[in-house]
Order: sequence, then C-alpha cells, then structure tokens
Amino acid sequence: MADQSPSPGLSRPGKWARGAVGVLILFLASEALGRADIVDRSFLPPASTVTARAFELLGDAEFLHNVRVTLTAWALGLLIAIAIAVPLGLLLGSVPAVNTAVRAIVEFLRPIPSVALIPLAGLVLGSGLNMEVPLIVYASCWPILFNTMYGLDDVDPTAKETLRTFGFSRLQVLLRVSLPSSAPFIATGVRLSAAIALILAVGTEILSGFGEGLGIFIAQAGNVPDGTRDVLAGTVWAGCLGLIIDSVLVQTENRLFRWHHALRSGAS
Amino acid sequence: MDKVTGMLEITGLGHAYGSHRVLQGMDLKVSQGELVTIVGPSGCGKSTLLRCIAGLIRPSEGKVVLNGTPIDGVPDGLAVVFQDYSRSLLPWLTVRDNVALPLRRRGTGKAERRAQAVRALASVGLDDAASKYPWQLSGGMQQRVSIARALAYRPSMLLMDEPFGSVDAQTREDLEDLVLQVHRAEGMTILLVTHDIDESVYLGDRVVVLARNPGRIREELPVSLPAARDQIGTRAAPEFVRLRAEVGRLVRGGAAKDGPPTVHEKPVR
Repeated sequence: MADQSPSPGLSRPGKWARGAVGVLILFLASEALGRADIVDRSFLPPASTVTARAFELLGDAEFLHNVRVTLTAWALGLLIAIAIAVPLGLLLGSVPAVNTAVRAIVEFLRPIPSVALIPLAGLVLGSGLNMEVPLIVYASCWPILFNTMYGLDDVDPTAKETLRTFGFSRLQVLLRVSLPSSAPFIATGVRLSAAIALILAVGTEILSGFGEGLGIFIAQAGNVPDGTRDVLAGTVWAGCLGLIIDSVLVQTENRLFRWHHALRSGAS
Repeated sequence: MDKVTGMLEITGLGHAYGSHRVLQGMDLKVSQGELVTIVGPSGCGKSTLLRCIAGLIRPSEGKVVLNGTPIDGVPDGLAVVFQDYSRSLLPWLTVRDNVALPLRRRGTGKAERRAQAVRALASVGLDDAASKYPWQLSGGMQQRVSIARALAYRPSMLLMDEPFGSVDAQTREDLEDLVLQVHRAEGMTILLVTHDIDESVYLGDRVVVLARNPGRIREELPVSLPAARDQIGTRAAPEFVRLRAEVGRLVRGGAAKDGPPTVHEKPVR
C-alpha cells in the first residue's frame, strides 16, 4: 500500500543502480566503437570526448544563452498549450453537442505530423520565437486535450451527483469535482507534451537553421569540419534536458496526486 | 394516520425511462421528525424514487412537495447519503474539507464552516479524523464522514440510499444505531431506502413496502416498537419478529407476483 513503485521487486537505490549500469554499458560500447577506428574519429568521436565536451559547454556563455532561448520557447509554448487545451478539453468533454461538431476537425488535424508544418510555419511566421512557439503550442495541445477528455470520462458519477444534491450548479460541479478528478490524467498529458514541446523546440531550430537556440547550436556545429563532437555534445544536453524535465514532472505528480495512487492501489 | 400535513408529500408520482415504466401512482407522506424506511425487492424503483425526491431527475408524472414547496430542481433543505461512500467523498480533500464543502455553496464563512464540520464530525464519533483523507479511513468510518457531511449541512430532511449496503455486519449495526441517535437527538426527519428487511423494521417508525414492475407502494406498516431500540433486545421483541415476518411476506410476495397490487389488510393489533 505504501510502496507506489511500478516494479515492486526493486528498492529505490536498486533501480538507480540498474539504470546506471545501463548507461555505463552504452557509454563503454560507444567508447569502444569510437576508438576501434572502424569509422573516422571526426565522424564518430568516442563517448569520453563527447562527455568531456558536454561538460566544457557548461562554462560556455554563448551555449548557455542558446539553451536559455530554447527553454524559453519550450516553457512559453507548453504553458500556452495548457491554457488552450485544458479549457477546450473540459468543454468538449462535458458538452456532447460541441464535441460532435468539433470531432471532424480534430480527427483531420491530429494525424498531421507537426514537423511537417515547420516549412509552412517558416514561410508564414518567419523565424525565432514567433514561429517556434505556435508550432510547439500546436503539437503540445493534442496529448493535453485528449487526456483532459479521457479524464473527464473517468469522473465518478456518484461524486458529481453528491455535489448536485448539495445544490452546486453544473459549472461548479465541473470545477469542484470533474476538474480535480481529471487532474492526474491532465498531468500525464502535460508530461507527454513537455517531451513533444522539447522535440519541436530543438527540431524547429535545427530546420530553420539561423537565429539562436540549442537546435541552432547543433545545426551550425554540423556545418563545421570536426563538428560532430559539438553536435553530439549538444544532443547529449538536449537529452539531459528532457530527462530532467520528465523527472521533475513525475516527482510533482507523485506529490500532488497521492490520493490518486492510493485509490488505484487500494481498489481491490 | 393523523391528519398532519407531511413535510414531504408525494402525490401520484410516476416515472418512466422511455417506454420502461419504473414508478407508478405513488402517494407518500413523511411528517416532521419521522424516520420512514422504504424496503422492496430489487428493481422496485427505490433509487428512482429517491432521485425524484432529491431533484436529480424530473418525474414523468405526479409531484413532490417539500416543506410546502413543489420540488423543481434540487431542493435546498435536503441532504443525501449514498451507498458508495468511497465514491461520494472527494479523495483530494481532507475529511474536514469534505464535510465543510456543502456549506461553501451556501456562502458560509470559512471559520464557521470549519466549526460546523468539526461539530458534525464529533457527533458521529470522528473527532480525530478531521485532517485525514477519506481513503485513509475504513469503510464504516468513511460512511460516518458522509453522514457528518449531511448533518453539517443542517438539512430539514435526510435521504439515505441503502447507506449500509457495503459495510460488514458489525459496522452496519453501529451505523444503524448512529442513525437512530441522530434521529432522536436532533429530531432529524429521515427517509431511508434499504433492501434489508430487518433493517427496515429496526430503524423505522414506519415501513413502506414497495412492489415492482412497475414500482409502487404495496403496503405501509406502522412500527409500534419503543423509540429506544437496541440491537439485541429489540430484535428479540415479539413485535419485531412479527413485523419482520410481515414485511418479509410482503416483499417476497412483491418479488414473486408482478402485476396489479394485491389487496392487503392492515395488521390488527
């Protein structure tokens, strides 16, 4: 009951140890491949070189500025997506008429890969934040929207009815029961979107090719001879950002939605 | 019966879901301070009846009058205790906040809400649980919380929909006695729906037996047991045994025979 870990066989340090072993094996394999001279070192530098460069970049003011630009676009895009998708999901999930009306549009837009929109966005919106943020918003809206609607579907009718009998209006029931009750689902949607937003932020920068940002750093490094080391070091940081963001969000979810986990594991 | 005007008056109540008729021609009065139990076989429309009274569904015919006002939408003076306590309480709120929540709708100030919640919790014997979460409590304690929530709301009438259907036997007896105590101490008017024949007699000042297909009133039996009741003594009293058999026959008859109501003579005492 108290242990909410998904794999109950392993303790927390045990999981860390196992994760570290995985990283170590990957590191050694890539190091061996890089040193074996099967491919030219300038194309595939060994892991130690990449890692050393990645740490070096921490002291590079220009690189840090680029990271900050990307994170700004990421955060702005994600926040706007939340502000759009959560109310929209509440509306679609609670008013069937609107849902039916909008369904066709949603089903048409959803399968379009957001990356395919980058050239179009470049033409229409130019470059920089102007173009990056709308794309991030577009791509991040979907998981949040669908998870909000899914969460609303899962709200217990007894809880809603209880508040109705105490005289709360339908809107109040939506805000006091449905919204908090779907919050864990919405949070999962936000976590999925956080990763997508990062992909879009870096991806848009790489494809647009000029300006500022972590993606620009990577793209420009790719044009320089011997630039693979910087490309890989930048990519390592992109991955680390994703990892840090994800674990912060998971921690926050666990703290906020203790009741949700307790109910799920207690429901026998 | 006396000519007392009931605080709850149901006349000619009928309801159908589409072409499926679930309630027909119901007349029922509940007076101030009375504890009426409704018992019947499954499918006799108990829940639909309760929903009509609570204003959750609009009946197809007939009317429900509470305190002289016809019910149209959810009435202000009612509180409902559901069978599914764990689903009726909000898991992200503490026990105290759950109990205080309905008062918020009425615009009661924060300090006053808290004070009333604490008082209501004390009256159901849960002084220590205020800052816990519902899911940290046992089933019986959770149902006590939802009773406290209903009491804190100070309704003129309490509706209970099979409130002890999901707790173990011992807890059930404790909760039954809690309801009797609330009824006596606060003079609370209570309408309690149950499928348990013993419970309907043990708790009720009056037992209303329903028949099904469509749901309608088969019989109303006054319970002439003394107001002070206890689990051991009352259940052994000859009057209890007699009423239990009577209600049992009516319920079983209602389950076996569908169709027009059988004429039943009032018991002679």
